[in-house]
Amino acid sequence: MTVTGNTAEYEQVSSTAGRKALILGKVVLVTGVARQLGGRFVRRIQRDPEVDRVVAVDAVAPEHHLGGADFVRADIRQPTIARLLAEHSVDTVVHMDVTGTPLGSGSRATVKETNVIGTMQLLGACQKSPTVKRLVVKSSTNVYGSAPRDPAVFTETTPPKSLPSGGFAKDTVEVEGYVRGFARRRPDVAVCVLRFANILGPGADTPLAAYFSLPVLPTVLGYDPRLQFVHEDDVIDVLRIASHEPERGTLNSGTFNITGDGVLLLSQCARRLGRPTVPLLMPAISWVGSALRTVGMTDFSPEQLRLLTHGRVVATNQMRETLGYRPKFTTAETFADFARSRGPGLLPPEALAGAVDRIAALPALGGGHPPTQSAN
Amino acid sequence: MADAKVIPFDDDRSRGSAVQRPARRRGAGSRRKGEPTAVHEVQPLPARTIPQDDVPVTREEPAAGSPAETAAGAAAVEKPRDDGWERRIAGGLSFLRRRLTGDYEVDDFGYDQELTEQVLMSMVRPLYEKYFRVEVKGIENIPSEGGALIVANHSGTLPLDGLMMQVAVHDNHPDNRHLRLLAADLVFMLPVVNELARKAGHTLACAEDAERLLQRGELVGVMPEGFKGIGKPFSERYKLQRFGRGGFVSTALRQGTPIIPCSIVGAEEIYPMIGNAKTLARLLGFPYFPITPTFPWLGPLGAVPLPTKWTIQFGEPIRTDGYPPEAAEDPMLMFNLTDQVREQIQHTLYKLLVQRRSVFF
Repeated sequence: MTVTGNTAEYEQVSSTAGRKALILGKVVLVTGVARQLGGRFVRRIQRDPEVDRVVAVDAVAPEHHLGGADFVRADIRQPTIARLLAEHSVDTVVHMDVTGTPLGSGSRATVKETNVIGTMQLLGACQKSPTVKRLVVKSSTNVYGSAPRDPAVFTETTPPKSLPSGGFAKDTVEVEGYVRGFARRRPDVAVCVLRFANILGPGADTPLAAYFSLPVLPTVLGYDPRLQFVHEDDVIDVLRIASHEPERGTLNSGTFNITGDGVLLLSQCARRLGRPTVPLLMPAISWVGSALRTVGMTDFSPEQLRLLTHGRVVATNQMRETLGYRPKFTTAETFADFARSRGPGLLPPEALAGAVDRIAALPALGGGHPPTQSAN
Repeated sequence: MADAKVIPFDDDRSRGSAVQRPARRRGAGSRRKGEPTAVHEVQPLPARTIPQDDVPVTREEPAAGSPAETAAGAAAVEKPRDDGWERRIAGGLSFLRRRLTGDYEVDDFGYDQELTEQVLMSMVRPLYEKYFRVEVKGIENIPSEGGALIVANHSGTLPLDGLMMQVAVHDNHPDNRHLRLLAADLVFMLPVVNELARKAGHTLACAEDAERLLQRGELVGVMPEGFKGIGKPFSERYKLQRFGRGGFVSTALRQGTPIIPCSIVGAEEIYPMIGNAKTLARLLGFPYFPITPTFPWLGPLGAVPLPTKWTIQFGEPIRTDGYPPEAAEDPMLMFNLTDQVREQIQHTLYKLLVQRRSVFF
């Protein structure tokens, strides 16, 4: 979706929505809007007819525009957030400021503080606010960790065998803990925790997207992890479903795993991207990781390393049956969309396929019938 | 079994009599769609993997056709050999093409059916056919569809018996069913091993995974003795160890799937474990470190298993669908069923041992 198209559409919609809002309008507060995904969600949710106003909050001003949303520059670690909730009589809070990487230049400590202290402040503010009726938290399947002793497929109730010991994964575990506490204290608020798998798409700026953009992918020797991806479009749609009233026959409060169908192995991803892999021994890969981090090419955090070693697959029955959402993109389609946006790698799959076809067409091998049509 | 004897001739005939060109193209085409399981039919001789797949496509007409075609097939025996090679190369290249471009599918457990059928199974098959000369009995006890839990004894220091069981089920079952083995967590901690195990369809031995697989109607193989069985000293061969805590029974009960006891004879003698270097094992993080008459004295040569003759017998299924849903919570019933399975396997083991002429023949 293009930005210009959006605004035009928005103006048109907002005037009608504004009129309706006089009677029954929603005020949605979104945190973490300076991120690409947050900004996109803000732009999208304004167009929903039941939404009257969107209050977009972040500690830094976003580089992208936010449509007609009111941007408020506020740090969610500060108590000002409570005033904000009261001032705008917010009824729906979408907390998207739980992230693994700092925006621009920031240290891991600030990220952790925003994730954990920010969530605590926000939840405290929500608890005090009489108007808040709905809370949506963007979490991650990182909460399950990634270990060889875990079951192959995680459901929402699977207790992880080894809790994440640090980093973003631990943040999400703590954030979810606070959210559960909040849900207990405010049973009148509908709380929805969305555990997203690795988010990919043309605009993704996640650590995994950065990893897949490396010209040569370092992998862990002897491991081929199973990965799942969820498309940005699906993320936006699920967040919208969670922030509105539930459809008939569905329930949008609770905890849900969100990911596209199917599984890709890391080796498959690399081949589909056309990027060669360099299997490295475990210690070597941590050196390479820290070297890459120093250069600033990608974030090779311990939990990402664990993901790239053991992989992680989650079950989405809850998402389908309870939340009533069917993702538009499968894992493979999400990855294909991402691969298209990144351009060809050093070993484009088409070139490899062409080479095999040429071998097949050699007369010595009874050519003339290249198995092109049979290999797809 | 009568069918199984007829079909090999049928194979030759069909390949000979069918029109060659279209056969080849269609053969390759059918493989691409990733439905080799559906295509396979009775294949008592599982030596060839690649040509195997395209045979049944051409068989469609001749299988139902008249016996007169057999003669035509015999006459055309020279030609198909040529064509077989061509087909084999074409199939191999299209396989290579899919592999290089990453255009294949794995399931949630990381099971890569194509790789398992085309590569991994063919790597183990010589061991299965030529080295251990596995004889399979009671394959008819495995249902042709739906979930079932195969429970087997475990022995042999290295879990070769699981792999042999997997090949035995796939190659002997009329529907070429795939066995999904439940493996110890150690398997998934070791590099390379974990990768191959996942691709071959194995998963961690835990109730969640087993239930998920059974729910999907898969055939699940489990060896409840675990390390106690596989790492027991040679003097205790063919004595079943404790069957864990009977978790497999409650899993089967919850899913209402039958339990098929399976007895494997021959695996105990491949590495006669006469000692256990416990300190070394602890150092390496292994549950045991075997010492056999040849290992580690002869180095890698000592790790060659002894060429014993194997028998794998699948027993009568024990049905679990007659129990009420709360039966899975009943420890008494669980222990009874566990004992029943265990005794059935033990009895069959003794019976097979009495019948066995020698360890090696």
